[in-house]
Amino acid sequence: MIDVGLLLFMVAVAVIFLRVRDLFAAAMLFAIYSLLSAALFAVLDAGDVALTEAAVGAGISTLLILAVLTLTRRHEHVVQGHNLVALLVVLVTGAALIYATLDLPEFGLASNPIHGHPGSYYTAQSYPDMGVPNMVAAVLASYRSIDTMGEAFVIFAAGLGVYTLLGRRPQRIKRRESSDDNGGHDG
Amino acid sequence: MVENGILRIVARFLIPLIMLFGLYIQFHGEYSPGGGFQAGVVVAAGWILFVLIYGLEAGLKVIPERAMLVLAALGVLLYAVTGLFGVILGGRYLDFYPLLPGAHAAQQFGIITVEFGVGVTVATVVMLIFTYFARRKDEWAEAERAERHEDQQP
Repeated sequence: MIDVGLLLFMVAVAVIFLRVRDLFAAAMLFAIYSLLSAALFAVLDAGDVALTEAAVGAGISTLLILAVLTLTRRHEHVVQGHNLVALLVVLVTGAALIYATLDLPEFGLASNPIHGHPGSYYTAQSYPDMGVPNMVAAVLASYRSIDTMGEAFVIFAAGLGVYTLLGRRPQRIKRRESSDDNGGHDG
Repeated sequence: MVENGILRIVARFLIPLIMLFGLYIQFHGEYSPGGGFQAGVVVAAGWILFVLIYGLEAGLKVIPERAMLVLAALGVLLYAVTGLFGVILGGRYLDFYPLLPGAHAAQQFGIITVEFGVGVTVATVVMLIFTYFARRKDEWAEAERAERHEDQQP
């Protein structure tokens, strides 16, 4: 029952998100959407994912978007007219995705693939193997440690990427033609 | 935003709690939801709240930009070197069993160490990215001023 309510809220927020032209409001709606999906994960008993979604999706992503907003304008450009090709592509993709959900196994069924081979081993053995009650931590840090190391390096690479792009002071910027193009005076 | 009393006092109350919560997520991660990634993000969020209230300059006094870069590299290095120790002590790469005599103790030591590395890297990288974006506008203004200055005396 709570999941249905949360999902309806998420749909409502997503629709408002599409309609809104104020980018600051859009950033806030994005945070609300993340928080709702974090609540949904918490309802599904996925504590680690809920915590990550709340901290990263609702927290840091929003902060970084706000930091970027100080550099751009606050309002989106309004594009006149309708793009029928885009509408068609979106409708077909959406219909295909909904059709694909019909093939998904029933939620929570014991015979689902995720309860199969490696999962059952981790469920049974992670505590005897390492004495760590949180199975997610055991899988992430020990069983699949190389994957997690890859993730850490990806984050480090992201930091290096931003450093190479923005770490140096701008030596000289091109004179802009019109004054209203001038990064964020109305932000 | 230092002049806003409510923000300042609420932040002064909240920032230590956020940092403490970050440490809790970091080091209690094998018992409850959490781990290095989430902890790093929470600690960085506490620092960003500090920056939003007291300004970037004060924030960079707490942790200078160079320290962030070094710590980001050290975090992933800690992870990789922990893995290497598994090889040196006679196991496979990122095998934690050879690290300590007891099997459980070895695994927990390994997990806590690598998660700490992840936490340090994530926290400092998020801080770095925020710093660069927050500073950009002032840098633009500065560059423009310098350019105008150049134009005036050809």
